[in-house]
Amino acid sequence: MKILVLVKQVPDTSEVKFNENGVMIREGLQSILNMFDQFAVEEALRIREKYGGEVSVMTLAPEQAKSALQKCLALGADKAYHISDRAFGGSDTLATSYALSLAIKKVGDFDLIMAGNQATDGDTGHIGPQVAQFLGIPHVSYVEKIENVEGDKVLVKSLLEDGYRMIEVKLPALLACIPPPNFEYSNPSMMGIVKAKNKPYVWLKADDIDGDKSRFGLNGSPTRVMKMYPPPKRSRGEVFTGNYNEAVKKIIDVLKEKKVIS
Amino acid sequence: MIEDYKGILVIGEIYEGKIRPVTFQLITKARELADTLNTSLSTVLIGYNINDMAKEPIYYGADKVYVLDNKMFDPYIAEVYSAVLAKFIDQLKPEIVLIPATHTGREYGPRIAAALQTGMTADCTDLAIKNGRFIQIRPAYGGNIMGEIFTPNHRPQIATVRPNVFKARDPDTSRKGEIINSAPDLSGINIRTYIKDVVKTTVAGAKKIDEAKVIVSGGRGVGSKEGFELLKQLADLLGGAVGASRVAVDLGWMPKSAQVGQSGITVAPDLYIACGISGTIQHIVGMKDSKIIVAINKDPNAPIFNIADFGIVGDLNEVIPIFIDELKKVLNK
Repeated sequence: MKILVLVKQVPDTSEVKFNENGVMIREGLQSILNMFDQFAVEEALRIREKYGGEVSVMTLAPEQAKSALQKCLALGADKAYHISDRAFGGSDTLATSYALSLAIKKVGDFDLIMAGNQATDGDTGHIGPQVAQFLGIPHVSYVEKIENVEGDKVLVKSLLEDGYRMIEVKLPALLACIPPPNFEYSNPSMMGIVKAKNKPYVWLKADDIDGDKSRFGLNGSPTRVMKMYPPPKRSRGEVFTGNYNEAVKKIIDVLKEKKVIS
Repeated sequence: MIEDYKGILVIGEIYEGKIRPVTFQLITKARELADTLNTSLSTVLIGYNINDMAKEPIYYGADKVYVLDNKMFDPYIAEVYSAVLAKFIDQLKPEIVLIPATHTGREYGPRIAAALQTGMTADCTDLAIKNGRFIQIRPAYGGNIMGEIFTPNHRPQIATVRPNVFKARDPDTSRKGEIINSAPDLSGINIRTYIKDVVKTTVAGAKKIDEAKVIVSGGRGVGSKEGFELLKQLADLLGGAVGASRVAVDLGWMPKSAQVGQSGITVAPDLYIACGISGTIQHIVGMKDSKIIVAINKDPNAPIFNIADFGIVGDLNEVIPIFIDELKKVLNK
């Protein structure tokens, strides 16, 4: 079983700080492997352990994202592909998916492609479905678990808002993964970190993947960001201590007034 | 030519034999956008045996309803819906397409944009027309930044839109519109996805948090699975749903389908009562757009108080029963 996991390095948005104007300070944010992607990598390694095969990881990002791929290798992935070229600067999700799909076609036949369901920075969830579309293969989003692999089919658990579906999908396919509640992320072992340094690490440039260059980077991106600004701030309201009866009555009065209750 | 693309299309979502509420929310908002742009509004319904529902989108503002009815469309499968809808959109040529940002919409939607090689914006929380341009507004970086996105040179402009950010209007059953039964183009569809089972993790009869106007949500402070019974009493009285923080789900007190927050469901009800929830940024991202937030927590320094309209520092097991008693008086129950 040849598995490829698409990963992304993201700023750690759980540690965000704001300046006095309520604007997020982006400098100094630590770069980490997107947690959804790490789950996908760990799930891929579990499948490799059970059914044999090889797990590769791939990213499309500037050179500094190497640490994210190194972490995947240290966790146990076998091989890394790092697509990096100025030509990809300013890519939106469509241009990114297109370039990734070209690179995937270029480097080999994978039975299974996995990715995080979304990245914690952009939170679009576009890459998995769009790469699958460009490759002409089926995909399932919100995959919490790969139940089993049988022949050329894989059975997965895919979350809905109010439950889940068990879906069987024919390989090759793409699975966009979301960690289950309680998922305990592994830390690379010292041995893993040492071994990672000797694992194949392949750099790819825009010229290395065949495709329509006008569809790369900013020029190949239909969407434009017009502006960014801090979200409207909610301010601290009235906080009551003691005398619960009075507090509750006051709140209920407001709920009535605002017609939340009638 | 982008001038060839006209009108707004809302993709209607059918779930468990009914049109999902988010569809009507999007139609209501799209009507406003269509009037601003002086253009028409269509809805497409895709499913099996759905003709009975075809009138409903008209009551909320649609001018035309296209019905794609075929056995192949039930149950929902991403590769089928994306292929059929991409072909349909390619023929209709709308300038704007709105898709519900449900799990299903966010699964098949991006494939449509890739198939049509056009721009897409995910999980919008607001939409506007500024200087004739369609502006898609969405949070990023875990809700720490808002971005305004537009698509200058590609059509259609596609957006998935979060449920409950817009309010559906009251249906007007006297509104007239056109219903068009379209024969879906099924050529070249190769089904490689098979639905083996569908399992609901919500308690039978329990309200869903993504559709509720009131949510009573609990966290670590609730203390136990049984502790949620008190929250449920309050929720029932308010006609609301019971939600949970990630911790409460991780501890097995509530199902994943009740989880509010970044790794759960984003909600924006009229009233959100947070009980024993400290308010991690991941939780706050998922509920901060609620109209009124009430927080009950023992810890006076809990971050949840910084975003709550009303806070009560105290034990939820003492406060909630008072809430229930007072509400009963007001509601005459």
